[in-house]
Amino acid sequence: MWTFLHKLASPPYFYKLAASMIPWLAVAGLVLVGYGTVAGLFFAPPDYQQKDAFRIIYVHVPAAYLSMLGYVVMATAAGIGLIWRMKLAHAVAASAAPLGAWFTFLALITGAIWGRPMWGTWWEWGDPRLTSELILLFLYFGYMALRAAIDDTTKADRASAVLALVGAVNVPIIHFSVEWWSSLHQGPTLIRAGGPAIAGPMLWPLLAMIFGFSLLFAALLLGRVRTEVLIRERRARWVRKLVYPEETA
Amino acid sequence: MPGLLAGFAAVVRRDLHLAWRRPGDVLNPLFFFAIVSTLFPLAVGPDADQLALNGPGVLWVAALLAALLSLNSVFLNDHEDGTLDQLLLSPQPLPLLALAKSTAHWLVSGLPLVLVSPLVALSFQMPARATTVMMLTLALGTVSLSMLGAIGAGLTVGLNRGNALLSLLILPLAMPMLIFGARTVSLAAAGDAASAGIYFLGAYCVLALSLAPFATAAALRISNE
Repeated sequence: MWTFLHKLASPPYFYKLAASMIPWLAVAGLVLVGYGTVAGLFFAPPDYQQKDAFRIIYVHVPAAYLSMLGYVVMATAAGIGLIWRMKLAHAVAASAAPLGAWFTFLALITGAIWGRPMWGTWWEWGDPRLTSELILLFLYFGYMALRAAIDDTTKADRASAVLALVGAVNVPIIHFSVEWWSSLHQGPTLIRAGGPAIAGPMLWPLLAMIFGFSLLFAALLLGRVRTEVLIRERRARWVRKLVYPEETA
Repeated sequence: MPGLLAGFAAVVRRDLHLAWRRPGDVLNPLFFFAIVSTLFPLAVGPDADQLALNGPGVLWVAALLAALLSLNSVFLNDHEDGTLDQLLLSPQPLPLLALAKSTAHWLVSGLPLVLVSPLVALSFQMPARATTVMMLTLALGTVSLSMLGAIGAGLTVGLNRGNALLSLLILPLAMPMLIFGARTVSLAAAGDAASAGIYFLGAYCVLALSLAPFATAAALRISNE
């Protein structure tokens, strides 16, 4: 286990391992998303109240889920990097931030599109989850802005890691704000006492979408980390070997 | 080596001295607070009912921005004249000194804001009971902000583009305080129970007081590597 972790921390090893993992993750993710899209858009029964408009949950819920998971990944990686001074972890944190920000943006946009026919408004300030999702987007922006403002990579890594950890205190507040404030937003449907409150034919495509999105997220993240590792290790011998194979041969 | 309390007191006393010598640094955020809260009635109209309705929110936003204004300089001067290096080298634990810096910042910027706020509240037709609640929530909120803000100030101290960046870092973190603070004052103004929000702000404040100095210390070490 420990040897594996040590090996994983080595950039060349990770670079190769990630390359072999990405196709699997991407294919599995695409299959699940494909099934979820078809089943969710064409075969799931319309909601008795929201009719077909509910179908946007097949994009909205996975995006919202990943917007938070992205932050957790970023903060965890940042924490590992800060505590054990593991360079690869910092590369993961740096790569996770733009992805997480994108999913946050997607969740906000799809939420607005859904809110227009359902609530009669694009944006509802009275809803805490909307507001916290927006705050989450700003947290991502702050993180990326701090990174961009510091030229020295090591310093940027460590400074932004502190910020990510401080911001992580806010993520639970975001999650539980649903229960703290009375709101327009639907209460939790999937994870709650007494089992999911959603019918099977609607549920399965949703779960497929959530897992499919997560796998695609993982594939994209690994791809980004590979690029990040290449940039950071651009002076290392193994990268030179990779780029100019004939030079060393 | 002087004791922990002596080290803490020395840093606070030094910062208060400096503030005393340069009263502009203390007064400017206060004027800023007064001016921003003047802008709102000018922008939305002098209707008393509407002002009473918006007052708590306006006051909180103005206070937040005013406190933020002074955050940039928490470590800046110390960084420039080398005091910060001495603090980093000192045998006292750095989180304690960071706590002292934040405390001094609150005494110089937060506390005067809290004391001035009733005057501005008066012009927004705020009832007396709500004004007490407002002072209490502002006090708890500005303490949390001084603690949180010091982290941001520590992270951006070596960068020459601090101010806008600092706002981007700190304001999202301050939003829960703003939501609870302004809501609580509104509730109190409407005659409802305000204790829940005060408890929340109190809890947030304790959390910030106990954790933020460690993050600030880490940030300062990273910025001065």
